[in-house]
This record gives sequence, C-alpha cells and structure tokens, in this order.
Amino acid sequence: MLNSDASAPAANALLAVEHVSKHFPTPEGVVTAVEDFSFSVKAGEFVSIIGPSGCGKSTLFNIIGGLLGGYEGRVSVDGATVSGTHPSIGMVFQEESTFPWRTVLDNVAFPLEIAGMDKAGRQERAAHFVALVGLQGFERRLPAELSGGMRQRVAIARTLASQPRILLMDEPFAALDEQTRLLLGDKVLQIQQELKQTTLLITHNLTEAVQLSDRVLVMTYRPGRLKRIVDIDLPHPRDSEVVSSEAFGHRVAEIWHDLREEASRGIAADEARVLRGGHRP
Amino acid sequence: MRLKDWARSRNGARAVGVTATVAFFVLVEALIRAGLVNQFIVPLPSQIIASIPRIIAEEHVLDRFLQTMQEVLWASVMIAVVGISIGVLFFKFRGLRLACESWVGAMAAAPIVLLYPLFLVIFGRSATTIVMIGFVAGLAPVILKTIEGLAGTRAVLLNVGRSFKVTPSQQFWKILLPAALPSVFVGLRLGLIFAMINIVGVEFLINFGGLGQLINELAERYDLPGTYGAIGFVILTSMLFFDVTARIERWLRPVE
Ligand SMILES: Nc1ncnc2c1ncn2[C@@H]1O[C@H](COP(=O)(O)OP(=O)(O)O)[C@@H](O)[C@H]1O
Ligand SMILES: [Mg+2]
Repeated sequence: MLNSDASAPAANALLAVEHVSKHFPTPEGVVTAVEDFSFSVKAGEFVSIIGPSGCGKSTLFNIIGGLLGGYEGRVSVDGATVSGTHPSIGMVFQEESTFPWRTVLDNVAFPLEIAGMDKAGRQERAAHFVALVGLQGFERRLPAELSGGMRQRVAIARTLASQPRILLMDEPFAALDEQTRLLLGDKVLQIQQELKQTTLLITHNLTEAVQLSDRVLVMTYRPGRLKRIVDIDLPHPRDSEVVSSEAFGHRVAEIWHDLREEASRGIAADEARVLRGGHRP
Repeated sequence: MRLKDWARSRNGARAVGVTATVAFFVLVEALIRAGLVNQFIVPLPSQIIASIPRIIAEEHVLDRFLQTMQEVLWASVMIAVVGISIGVLFFKFRGLRLACESWVGAMAAAPIVLLYPLFLVIFGRSATTIVMIGFVAGLAPVILKTIEGLAGTRAVLLNVGRSFKVTPSQQFWKILLPAALPSVFVGLRLGLIFAMINIVGVEFLINFGGLGQLINELAERYDLPGTYGAIGFVILTSMLFFDVTARIERWLRPVE
C-alpha cells in the first residue's frame, strides 16, 4: 500500500523525516507514540497528516519542530539534519497561543523583535502579515477582544512573519466551528498559493485535509505509523466550494476507509483503559 | 434593564458605591439618634465630618497623613523590588523554593507586628522601624504570588518562544514576566494591605510618627469624632495606593 519511495526522501525534498520513532516511558509501560515514520515534503507543497486523536500527531509535530528530543531517526531541511528549534520551520500550535498582553500587531512582530529587527522595520513587516491574514484594522486590538478564529489567524501571521521555509501547523483550527474552519481553510490556501509556502498541516479533520492538501498521509493508531499516502488531485486554485464536488467525496471516502479502522482502534483502546481503571495519559 | 447596564458601567458603579456609603452613614446617624447605638462608642457621622476641619487645623492631620503615606511608599517600593526578586530566584532555583516556600507561607500568616520590640532594638524609635516592619509584613504575599504567576505561565507560550529561539533573558522579560504580572499585582495589593495595617499599627503601638500616633492620642483624649476622622485618612491612604497600583498595572499590561 505504501508508495515504494516513501521511506527514502525524494531528491528534491525540502523537509525529510526518516525512520523517526519515539517512545515514552510511562508507569503503565513504554508507549510507542511514533514508529518508523518516514515522509518528505517538496518545496511549495501542501501536505497533511491525518490520524485519530492520541495517535502521535502532536509528538511528530514537536519532533519536527525541534521541541522534543530523544527520538530515533532523522529530520532534515534541504538535506541538513536539524535538531532543536530551527528558523526554517515555523510552528503554529493547537492551543491558544497569542500573547494576551500584546496587541495584534505586536504579537505578529514578536519573532522580528526577537531577531533584533528595528522597530520601524518590524512594524511594517508585521502590518503586511496582519493584512495577509485579513486582519487589517485590528492591529491595535488585544487578543481578548478577538474571536477564536481571529486569534488563530494572529498566531498564523506571527509564524509567517518569521518567514519560515516550512509552515508546520498542529490542528490549528481544532477549536473552531465547522463554518469558520472552512472559511479559514480558504484563507490559508490563498496565502499558501500567494507565498508558495511549503506547508505541513497536522489534523484529525477529514474535510480539512482533503480541502487543503496536495497529499494526505494517513497515520495508524498506537503505534503511530504511516499507513497510506493519498494524492489529492483536485484542481487548483481551490476553495471551500470544493467540498460539494463529487471528486472531493471520493477522496474523503477513500481516506475514511483507512482512517475508520484506526479511529475504531483508538476508541476501543480508550474504553479498555477506562475499564482497567487507568488514567487518560 | 437600562438601569442595570448603567450600574455596570464605570461611572455607574462609582455612583452606586458612593450612594451606598452615604446611605450607610445616614443609617448609622439614624440608629444613633434613635438611641439604638451608643453614642459613646460610635460618634455621629455628622460629628465626624464636622471634626475634619478641626483635626486639620489643630492636630495637623495632613502632616500625619503625608508621613504615613511616605512610610507606606517606602515599604511598598521595598516590598515590590525585594519580593519580586526573591520570587524570581525561588522560581529559577527549584531547590531553594522547596527549602523555603513553606517558611514564606508561615511568615505570611505570622503576626509580625508583635516583633516590634526587636525592630525597636535594631532601628530605634524611628520611621525606619515602622517602614521595616511594614516591609517584612508585606513581603510574603509578593514572593508567593510572583512564584505562582511565573510557574503558571502557559506551556504553549513558552513553546512559542522556543520555536522563535528566544534567549533566556528574552524568555524572562518578554514571556514569563508579562504572563506573571496579574498574579504579581494580586501579591502586591495583598502585601500593601499587610504593610498598611502594620505601619499604622506600629505607629499606634510605639506612639511615633503618622496617623497611627494621632489616632492613639485622640483616642486617649476620648475625642471620638476626631479619632474616626483620622481613621478616615487611613482609609484614604489605602485607597490612593490601590489606585496607583491599578494604574501601574494597566500601564504595564493593558488587558481588558
Ligand atoms: N510526554 C509524554 N509522556 C507519556 N506519554 C505521552 C507523552 N506525550 C504523548 N504521549 C502519548 O503518546 C501518544 C500520542 O500522543 P499525541 O502525540 O499527543 O497524540 P495526538 O496529537 O495525535 O492526539 C498518546 O497515547 C499519549 O498518551
Ligand atoms: Mg495533538
């Protein structure tokens, strides 16, 4: 089922993940969160990783982003191994991550401030990215005044402002309602096309994965392995209207076929854990 | 409905507060005049108000007020600088925190004012004694709340910093400290209350300095309206300090 070249990085890969495994020692034994995971992303590509909750997506996100060490395997950007956080890889987190004490503009300017850019320069660049995510007019507002979707756009703009070669996002729209999620997906696609931004999106949402991606990697549940790669050959430019097309339905069905089995295993494992009286880790 | 909205607005809330206070005084006045409350324990509110020009002119209450304000100011500056620094040290060095945190907690609960003879021996019968007691009394909550605020910084905010490769000093100044600020200010306000109580209390006890001493003297002369009038100035002091801390907090971290 796997593509034959899945474990060897393509020659023109920008990001390559090779044979990555991660084990967590826990009181109930060693949990293998990710096992022998390999894939690569070419420059300009939009790739999604989909899997049921608890399958190891965030673990993989933290490994690629450099926040989590102590794993086996290799992560490389343009052929060079990376360890620790890396300016080539910009991360957008699942949880609410804007700084509540900074205005929208100052949030987006944060990475530029850290990099030591002068005030005028960083305000100009931040304003550009605030506008890019459609938040012009809200520069002086504080996150508390914004909706959840707007705050997540601030977080995306902040990461984009650091101009990473790879945009890495962990379920960035998980907390949003379906309509907002679809419209925000359009925005992300539009930005991705405009910047030719290489993007790796981690999600548990089928529609989102198919709507946005050039390729979808399906992950297995416990241990998290690569189950299958599905090419999404829907035409570009795309927007959320695509969800009503027949081809879209086919792709969703195809991925659901694989995902369903994993999600069922995840639910069964949760039930077994509750019966054993164990805690949800 | 519209009245309710108005009451929730800033000016509305203020007006409700003032009205309630006035109503309370009117009620007390009525109870005393009706003979339900003993006039020799609680003077008439109208007498208290009438006493204010007198204690200003004859007892120099404004000088006393300034003196107490100054002592509270010194104590609070020391509490803020030393308390926040110790809190940061405890946060950085886990061992230190484990060793000392419960002692600091105990210190917060201890009636430090009873140690005043010790302070008298060290600093003499002076404003320094009063400021030092206020400082020691108000220190603990600032330390504890600073640790709590720093330790409570959401992990994802620290991860955002790490993903942008912040230096340790950038992490502290740009993430940890602003995240901890609301909690630090809760500690400062508590510390300020403790310091005020102890400062006025020690002025009273050692019969030295500002409003506390004046209250002592007036009470001994059985000038009840004057005593309560002077207590009014103590309340004014704490209101002013609360207002100033709130302003500083809003200036440092403009949330809401
Ligand atoms: N620090 C950790 N210690 C122990 N187990 C962990 C840790 N982090 C994650 N896990 C376990 O690894 C598995 C994958 O977790 P995670 O990557 O968060 O999944 P996902 O993001 O797909 O929901 C889960 O079973 C989780 O309990
Ligand atoms: Mg996750």
